[in-house]
Amino acid sequence: MSSDTLQVQLQPKEYKSAVKPVWCPGCGDFGVLGSITKALAGLHIQPENVAIISGIGCSSRMPTYLNTYGFHGVHGRALALATGLKTARPDITVIATGGDGDGFSIGGNHFLHTCRRNPNMTYIVMDNQVYGMTKGQASPTTEPNWQKGKLTPAGTGINPFQPLAIALASGANFIARCSSSDSNGTARVLMQAIEHPGFSMVQVLSPCVTFRPEQREWKNRLIPAPEEMQATSDAAEAARLLLTDEGVYTGILYKGNRPVYQPKLESSMENIAEFEEEFRI
Amino acid sequence: MSDSIKGPARTIGSTEELLAYSLAMETEAVDRFNDLAEQMETHHNYEVADMFRKLAKIEGLHIDNVSRAAEGKQLPSLLAWEYEWQGGESPEGGLMEEAHYLMQPWHAIELAMHGEMRAAAFYRHVADTAVDDGVLKMALELVEEEEEHVELLKKWQERYPKPAEGWDEDLDPPAMLE
Repeated sequence: MSSDTLQVQLQPKEYKSAVKPVWCPGCGDFGVLGSITKALAGLHIQPENVAIISGIGCSSRMPTYLNTYGFHGVHGRALALATGLKTARPDITVIATGGDGDGFSIGGNHFLHTCRRNPNMTYIVMDNQVYGMTKGQASPTTEPNWQKGKLTPAGTGINPFQPLAIALASGANFIARCSSSDSNGTARVLMQAIEHPGFSMVQVLSPCVTFRPEQREWKNRLIPAPEEMQATSDAAEAARLLLTDEGVYTGILYKGNRPVYQPKLESSMENIAEFEEEFRI
Repeated sequence: MSDSIKGPARTIGSTEELLAYSLAMETEAVDRFNDLAEQMETHHNYEVADMFRKLAKIEGLHIDNVSRAAEGKQLPSLLAWEYEWQGGESPEGGLMEEAHYLMQPWHAIELAMHGEMRAAAFYRHVADTAVDDGVLKMALELVEEEEEHVELLKKWQERYPKPAEGWDEDLDPPAMLE
């Protein structure tokens, strides 16, 4: 596919692939899939100019269901792959997708350093506070007293990971929280996340209706952050909000202006020839 | 299931605008029912998949009706999030979280019925806040139509027994195999 292809306005459903999702009916990830397609259509980005990169987990199946380039990678390594891709191809829109276990446990270290590095890409974490694909174990964002996990019948007793506060402290340049039940609102935030320079972190609370059916109630608990608190560029103000809102505020919670990581790409045929020479048999 | 979605968040000023909202609502209902049918097919619940396909077809007929009413009119062109639905989603979009792989035809009709109830509430709100006679007349007609749909769905639902408590219990819940 060529990026010189005639730019045409596509409808959201044209960004979907022919593969039908195998997610459980009722899963919040369906709403996120819809939001991604609406955001890409809203930004008029052609499918051949987008790459969706993921790790492993229910939500990491996202690249399969989109008609863009995609890479369903190794568990927890979506951000490493995505950063490499964006560095090599700064001209394309790179979006990493995945879940809370993939992103904050297995890929936790990559998460910290991608925030710190600040590449120009978007990370969508579908957070359901559980490992769904492996049948319902506690994840880094699970509350300490959740007692339905077979491995932790008395709860984990461990403080949950605070992804947005950690993203802010580590240097992410755009931070937002959305709800999968508000597909249109999420699409609107994703459009801004994609357009904002640097690393954009979007946590989408996306219920696992099979192992955490009580999460269906999230939509009644979440509230838009007060207008004066939305999209602040003051990191201290954003930190205060993120550490005290008990995870219920939605919207754009921080918009920074840190310099973007984009090393100059200098290819040298001479170096390549030297490299080949080194490995000559 | 909540039927409290009303709206829109502001007054609808013209019949063209109301028709645009109506068209968006019915289109979203068709998409949503087809999505639900696909989900059920994936999980081998073919009876309910078939039910959702029928509901999508019925909503498609509603699109035809609205399109006929819109003939010769210039409707405003809005992006998905420019419709000011209260709660973000259109009243007939249906609540995707209510779907379950073990759901039965009774549940599918229940889901559709609540969508129609929310649509009726939406048009009633439009009528209550109308400042234009044309909008008021059209909104009241649409309320009547949606209430008829609710009655039809109630009759349809009577053909199916209400599932007993515990219908969604699965001692071996699904895991996706790669």
